[in-house]
Amino acid sequence: MAKTKTNSEDYLRMYRQMVRIRSFEDNANQLYLSAKMPGLTHMYSGEEAVAVGICEALKTTDKITSTHRGHGHCVAKGAEFKEMFCELLGKEEGYCRGKGGSMHIADQSNGNLGANAIVGGSMGIATGSAFTAKMLGKDDVTVCFFGDGATAQGLMYEVMNMAALWNLPVIYACENNGYSEYTKTEEIAAGSITARAEAFGIEAHQVDGQDVLAVNKLATDLVARARKGEGPFFVELMTYRYHGHHVGDINREYYRTKDEEKDWKENRDPIIRFRAHLVSEGLATEDELDALNAEIAKDAEDAVKYALDAKYPDVSEVDMHVFSDIKHALA
Amino acid sequence: MREITLSQAVNEALAEEMRRDDTVFIIGEDVAEAGTPFKVLSGLVEEFGTRRVVDTPIAEPGFMGIAVGAAMTGARPVVDLMFGDFIFLIMDQLCNQAAKTHYMSGGKLSVPLVLRTNMGATRRSAAQHSQSLHALVAHIPGLKVAMPSSAYEAKGLMKTAIRDNNPVVIFEDKLMYQDKAPVPEEEFLIPFGEANIKREGSDITLIGTSSMVQVCEKAAEILAAEGISAEVIDPRTIVPLDEKTLLESARKTSRVIVVDEGHQSFGVTSEIASRINEKAFYHLDAPVLRMGAMDVPIPFSPALEDITVPTPEGVAEKARMLCGGEMINAA
Ligand SMILES: Cc1ncc(C[n+]2csc(CCOP(=O)(O)OP(=O)(O)O)c2C)c(N)n1
Ligand SMILES: [Mg+2]
Repeated sequence: MAKTKTNSEDYLRMYRQMVRIRSFEDNANQLYLSAKMPGLTHMYSGEEAVAVGICEALKTTDKITSTHRGHGHCVAKGAEFKEMFCELLGKEEGYCRGKGGSMHIADQSNGNLGANAIVGGSMGIATGSAFTAKMLGKDDVTVCFFGDGATAQGLMYEVMNMAALWNLPVIYACENNGYSEYTKTEEIAAGSITARAEAFGIEAHQVDGQDVLAVNKLATDLVARARKGEGPFFVELMTYRYHGHHVGDINREYYRTKDEEKDWKENRDPIIRFRAHLVSEGLATEDELDALNAEIAKDAEDAVKYALDAKYPDVSEVDMHVFSDIKHALA
Repeated sequence: MREITLSQAVNEALAEEMRRDDTVFIIGEDVAEAGTPFKVLSGLVEEFGTRRVVDTPIAEPGFMGIAVGAAMTGARPVVDLMFGDFIFLIMDQLCNQAAKTHYMSGGKLSVPLVLRTNMGATRRSAAQHSQSLHALVAHIPGLKVAMPSSAYEAKGLMKTAIRDNNPVVIFEDKLMYQDKAPVPEEEFLIPFGEANIKREGSDITLIGTSSMVQVCEKAAEILAAEGISAEVIDPRTIVPLDEKTLLESARKTSRVIVVDEGHQSFGVTSEIASRINEKAFYHLDAPVLRMGAMDVPIPFSPALEDITVPTPEGVAEKARMLCGGEMINAA
């Protein structure tokens, strides 16, 4: 494990946030499997150190843009379980009043500019957010999360070019989980991913996305530098998703082996690794961490119960929020 | 009253709004020193600097995406899209991102953005620089669409658009940039969704958008000489659409022709005609006619191009037929 912060509070919060993401996803998966959740959802399990390592380096006023696999970013940027499960189930108390669902889930008040169901669709938004910060003289930094698959989208190259020309405070965070849907990354990405950013003169790093301290150390450094006007930056985070592309992707052997999945889960799990580190460094005991896990599991369970019983939005909401300042678009 | 060109009117509107609100900025290709190929923005960079009049690389999806993100985070971008035909390049950012962000976030995020672009054939620019594509945009809930018919509307609608908290697309007719019209020196705004009755009449209603308003006015003059009294109405914005004024006129005159420069099929003329049929059917003495651009790509040759768009003579001819009862059996 890379060594960085020495503050045990920070460490425990990172651990806690990773466990919260895993716990959220386990419950979301159960909701799907028990047919209580409308639609499909993409699990973030296995990638927790990426979202947490980065978001722990950000302030609330800093912005992120998220993806179809966005629950992890949402939790890591400070969202609550209750509103998240409500959103997942299309309930009125969801962060988006049930209008977004899993693929658009975001706690906007914490600087999450939304999860995007268009692969690569948020790269302009993240860059534009950084543009605002620079134009209006704010010190916000924006992190753009996207998958390895999104590196095939042309928009990325258009906005990286402008971000580099204009020194925008944006960090492009590529979550390379080895697959886009059912296709291996090496089949869709020619050459090196970081070299593409470097071609624009953007400083690029590759980091072990299963090591929360390594991610956090790099992110802390880049965020501070971006705040000083040294951006943009690009980070490729090597990670792995434990579940299928979405919760319905159960039989995966035609594109990846069970051995490969087992290896990542048993030998590189970000939570197991960090937990061992916390214990060996004497920052927490096994018992304390078990208690923390149990508390989070209980929180999640309570939030699921709450969301299952919560109200759906009234049908009159269907034409609300089509336009700002117009209560009902079809009235 | 003093007369200024449509180009000057747009320029004035932008300058006034940029003086009023520091968060307003212009972004697009060759908008700064060049002031765009149509010279509409000349002089603005001198007053507001390159921080607020931002030249971009030739990357329409990229700068459109940046504008969406900037709008979501506290700035008010006015995007300059050099030709309306390029709207196809930015469709994802405009229709999947800008148009839906407010709704998908349950009203938490807004996108106060103006997209300025143009339309209009007969400039001998061939099929990729002559289209009038406003119907595509008007089809998407969450976008407002303004179509100024003279310098006066160009200024008043632009100022309203900049202050609107929603994405607004303004289509300027590129053949009208040098056309002069009386424009007050004092500040004024034109509210969206208020049609303008350009000429009162009792036998037939001619509804025209953008440059087709002039076509309808000329047709009305031809008809007046023949003893047919035509009412001419300019909706000014097609989203929101002032249905009330259009229906009142239809009920009064009992005959309607809708004239618009978009392709006739599946377009603005069809939409307005349907609404009149649905809501004023029993007041009609003839089928509502649509006159749009011919359903062919716009040809280069003047001999061909000129016959693809509605003309005053063409409109007058159809009006004569409607008033003479000739079209009753055509339905
Ligand atoms: C523009 C676009 N094309 C295709 C899809 C369908 N799709 C959804 S997720 C996905 C794979 C994305 O892969 P990656 O960017 O690596 O993210 P990951 O799912 O691995 O987190 C695809 C092809 C989409 N949503 N948007
Ligand atoms: Mg991937």
